[in-house]
Amino acid sequence: MKKITKYVLTDILRNKIIIGYTIFLLLISMSLFNLEDSSSKGLLSLLNIVLIIVPLVSVIFSTIYIYNSAEFIELLVSQPLKRKQLWGSLFTGLAGSLAFSFFIGIGIPVLLFAASATGYIMIAMGLLLTVIFVAIAMFAAVIARDKAKGIGLAIFLWLYFSLLFDGLVLFVLFQFQDYPLEKFMIVASALNPIDLSRIMVLLKMDTSALMGYTGAVFRDFFGTNTGFIIAILILFSWIVALFWWSLRKFIRKDL
Amino acid sequence: MNRLFYIVAGLMMTGMSSFARTIKVGKQQQARTIGQALSIASPGDTIRVESGIYREKNIVIDKPVVLLGIDYPVLDGEHKYEIISVKANNVTIKGFRIENTGVSSLEDIAAVKIYSCRNVTVSENIFKDTFFGIYSQSSANCLFENNKLTASAKTEQASGNGIHCWKSDSLRIIGNTITGHRDGVYFEFVTNSVIWRNDSHNNMRYGLHFMFSNNDAYISNIFRNNGAGVSVMFTHGVKMFNNYFEENWGDAAYGIFLKEISDSYIIGNKFLRNTSGIFMEGASRVRVEKNEFKDNGWAMKIQASSMDNVITNNNFLGNTFDVGTNGTLVMNTFDHNYWDKYEGYDLNRDNIGDVPFRPVSLYSMIVEKNPPAMMLYRSFMTTLLDKSEKILPTLTPENLKDNFPLMKPLHL
Repeated sequence: MKKITKYVLTDILRNKIIIGYTIFLLLISMSLFNLEDSSSKGLLSLLNIVLIIVPLVSVIFSTIYIYNSAEFIELLVSQPLKRKQLWGSLFTGLAGSLAFSFFIGIGIPVLLFAASATGYIMIAMGLLLTVIFVAIAMFAAVIARDKAKGIGLAIFLWLYFSLLFDGLVLFVLFQFQDYPLEKFMIVASALNPIDLSRIMVLLKMDTSALMGYTGAVFRDFFGTNTGFIIAILILFSWIVALFWWSLRKFIRKDL
Repeated sequence: MNRLFYIVAGLMMTGMSSFARTIKVGKQQQARTIGQALSIASPGDTIRVESGIYREKNIVIDKPVVLLGIDYPVLDGEHKYEIISVKANNVTIKGFRIENTGVSSLEDIAAVKIYSCRNVTVSENIFKDTFFGIYSQSSANCLFENNKLTASAKTEQASGNGIHCWKSDSLRIIGNTITGHRDGVYFEFVTNSVIWRNDSHNNMRYGLHFMFSNNDAYISNIFRNNGAGVSVMFTHGVKMFNNYFEENWGDAAYGIFLKEISDSYIIGNKFLRNTSGIFMEGASRVRVEKNEFKDNGWAMKIQASSMDNVITNNNFLGNTFDVGTNGTLVMNTFDHNYWDKYEGYDLNRDNIGDVPFRPVSLYSMIVEKNPPAMMLYRSFMTTLLDKSEKILPTLTPENLKDNFPLMKPLHL
């Protein structure tokens, strides 16, 4: 398993797209920190990159990579290897290399320019989002045999988590605005990793705005140490659940 | 002839006051207790109290004397009594450490309570764990200066106000530090008074609570981290100059809460890191000028019930929302402010933007109607909504705009 992981890792890290992605992130974060007059403003602009671009690149790159290595996977499956190991090392390789380039591209500039609690949380959330969207990509790739369909599904899932879900939440909020919805909002935020990580970063960033009643509910729940641990656990369970599901599909899949 | 009479009378008065004695109070002095000294004092005398602890239940001052503490003698109310009751004009109380008044839900027990008097001075005292600190009732022309009031309020019911003024006139409240009370300074039916250079922080409810008090001014005070900020209600002719309103956090906490205010001035203040900087409800003809709003959740929330207010020459910097409102009717003007969210251009370089700025975003309207939507703050979705609304305003009030937005922040 180690050998395959190593192979996948080195293969991806030498990939031109990944190198380009790293440089792109590095350039954006450096220029944002140098352009904005305060580091907190820079962090704010970076937040949009972390919440939108990073998941998008992770999900699309991973899906394409899985489809492109279909022959490699078929070859390895014919060897005396467990499918579980093969799928696991593909996941580790993809997640590891994408997380690595995220860390180089955004993590290091943040550590250099804005080494605050907000900065640390943002790096952690970016890393977790990268891994979650790699898991989503593998799920999409294992479901659809057709490459175009798979990529379409991956992009749709990204669109759902970054845009459609919020629209649905807004719709529900207005349909049920006569009811107390604060508890529901906490549950809803757990159902979308992008929302959850945005809230975790904002709780550290815009304290006064979020201190309204809803803010106070969120703060009471996610702002405490237990809440923080719960949020991290929720994000991890997203990874585990998605990976486990795709693994089950992969083991039974007729290649 | 008349003038000569006044001069002679004046000379006689100064002559008379030189007969005033000084009575000393202490363990080795002629008077052992302040009560004793008061009973032998005649009007105009000075009572010098040496350091020590005095447990005299309730001290009633019923003649015009000067009560002077040397090295902060302690007046202890043993958690039962009102400590000093002033029932004469021209009394001065200076240099005491006044502690542990009683607590009652029926009576307003105060450390120093002034009953319908004039010209009373309370200065340079330290108040510790008092229910009400200084209490002025139907009094006039009093001065409360450089006192330090510290209480440790746990609930609103079991705590009183720091400086509580009711039905008074021409008070001067200067340089006091008030913390841990229910309200820092409380004004009800107080007119023509000034609150200057006080520091009111960490009080349970309001830093300053202000009702039915016309024609007062509060200038250069600091109101920080109070449970609900500052509240000014049912009043006209208030001048609020050069104050700091900082870190008032919470759903119902405001830098200033204005309710039914008219003909007033809010000039040169700083609003920093509040949940809402100014909240206006039913305010009319208020001039908001040369203030700085920085890092607030909402810089201003103006309910549609407010009219004819002028908001001009302010700086809005780093606020989450600049202006929030609850309706589409706008009868206030917002011209000539600096907004850091302004994205327009200035072709003729006169420092005034060529396109109007609309400080109300669609998302702030959504949050106003539906507070849980705060969860979607800074999400892709709301950014898209805001952008489309900026191009084609449909839901945000059409008239709420700054027609002459400044390109550069003012130096405030």
